[in-house]
Amino acid sequence: MKTFKEKAMKIVFLFTALVSVACVALICVFLISSGVPAMKEIGFGRFLLGRTWRPGAEIYGIFPMIVGSVYVTGLALLIGVPVALLTAVYLAYFCPAQVYRFIKPAIELLAGIPSVVYGFFGIVVLVPAVRTLGEPFQGKGNSILTASLLLAIMILPTIIGVVEPAIRAVPRSYYEGSLALGATHERSVFSAVLPAARSGVLAGIVLGLGRAMGETMAVIMVAGNQARMPKGILQGVRTLTGNIVLEMGYAAGLHREALIATGVVLFVFILLINLAFSALKGRDRG
Amino acid sequence: MTEEKKRRRQERQRYWTAWCIRAQSVLLRVAVHAAAAATVLILGFLIGYVLIRGVPNLKPALFSLHYTSENQSMLPAIVNTCTMTAMALLLAVPEGVGAAVYLVEYAKKGSRLVKLVRLATETLSGIPSIVYGLFGMLLFNNWLHLGYSLISGSLTLAIMILPLILRTTEEALLSVPDTYREGSFGLGAGKLRTVMSIVLPAAAPGILSGVILAIGRIVGETAALMYTSGTVAKIAGLSDSGITLALHMYKQASEGLYTEEAYATSVVLLVLVLLINFASSKAAGRIGKKQG
Repeated sequence: MKTFKEKAMKIVFLFTALVSVACVALICVFLISSGVPAMKEIGFGRFLLGRTWRPGAEIYGIFPMIVGSVYVTGLALLIGVPVALLTAVYLAYFCPAQVYRFIKPAIELLAGIPSVVYGFFGIVVLVPAVRTLGEPFQGKGNSILTASLLLAIMILPTIIGVVEPAIRAVPRSYYEGSLALGATHERSVFSAVLPAARSGVLAGIVLGLGRAMGETMAVIMVAGNQARMPKGILQGVRTLTGNIVLEMGYAAGLHREALIATGVVLFVFILLINLAFSALKGRDRG
Repeated sequence: MTEEKKRRRQERQRYWTAWCIRAQSVLLRVAVHAAAAATVLILGFLIGYVLIRGVPNLKPALFSLHYTSENQSMLPAIVNTCTMTAMALLLAVPEGVGAAVYLVEYAKKGSRLVKLVRLATETLSGIPSIVYGLFGMLLFNNWLHLGYSLISGSLTLAIMILPLILRTTEEALLSVPDTYREGSFGLGAGKLRTVMSIVLPAAAPGILSGVILAIGRIVGETAALMYTSGTVAKIAGLSDSGITLALHMYKQASEGLYTEEAYATSVVLLVLVLLINFASSKAAGRIGKKQG
């Protein structure tokens, strides 16, 4: 009786472990089986590289959204990564213990702020600011720049959370050796410690990239969402994620399937990014 | 004369190099401090701004039992959020804890199955919430004919928080010293008994911290719920469509008509999530201290 119970529970535990594998499989199956036929019907080339998205006329080209996502994410990384890296360096090598005890949990808490709150902050603070800034250049408040700024703020805690431990994991002897050779504190940190934490730094950046590309609600609240090729960083833009949320509410037929196909494209991008992330993280262990 | 000139030039050069290194160090130090200050200031400004603009807008009408377009009450949304959280946890916690128990206590370390599950978990944790939303809509709303309902939403969220629960539980189980297990075996307890009455209770604070973190994720979630649980603003049963607090706030903020109410909702949402995350790190801290 006792052994039966042991065996039964072992099987139950095994079953629960397999659920996450089943979930991934289900997600792939459902997305691909609903998205890929639409891609085929539209034509892979015309879907991925078409420059016009006009569901009313049955024209479905998501190239503007792909470019939009790449621009917004790229600019967000350009703004956010230097700040995040320097802050991580500060936390690991410059921060007095009393300040650290206070700052570190604060930054961790901030990683949990919901994206709608960030989005709302974007609407009431960043959009007017960028509008004033861009006025001389016929810029809009809802633009690539606004979305990128907001995303840059949102990915700060994410990147810092990965990079700071990576910097701390570098053996203290690297830093001490550099000091002993006569380098200053700053040079030791930046020329000896930081290069040794390279793969952790890259992993942090890639994680930030994934977050930025997958972010939906905060972006659609500030990006303007015009489905056309982006014309400049002070003009509106629509991302892949935004395309899905904005039109799914009323879409039907091929239009709906094209939106799901947009999700498939996003999913593939994210899978590639995740693969890069786990490859980078794995390198640190070895 | 030429000797003298050469010596002087060398000296000047050495002085110049030293000056450059000093300048570089100072610049780096300034940059590091400026970046840290910027991070703290931006994030502090965000919270401060929302609180200062939001708190004066908190009015009793915002907590009326029934939502109308005049009172913009968030109470139905809060109740739905609670129902949704409870349902999602009920599904995901036993599932995630069971999976972690299998990985840590039963499976052979480094076996192919463990690697597969770990790969699946990592994949799940990287998927953006909008993709979960699409998947939930396709599977639960359409294929299983659940329609826009709290049950569709909580099933979707359960899958979304599964990797979080699994990973934190795994870490908590790994941090339980092997002597606990050996002691239990030595007293004649079986594997199951050891896991259930020795290992899991010892790992409870770590698991709890993960669960609280998951609550924070659920409360703040929007993109995964928009097309699974829908946006009907009333207190909903499990099979009805019902809006959650974060979606309620999205609607208010993006329509642009109810900015004052949106400020108030954002205060409630922000304070709630910050409290939840704070509780989570307190729970995690307890386990750290116990072993430290």
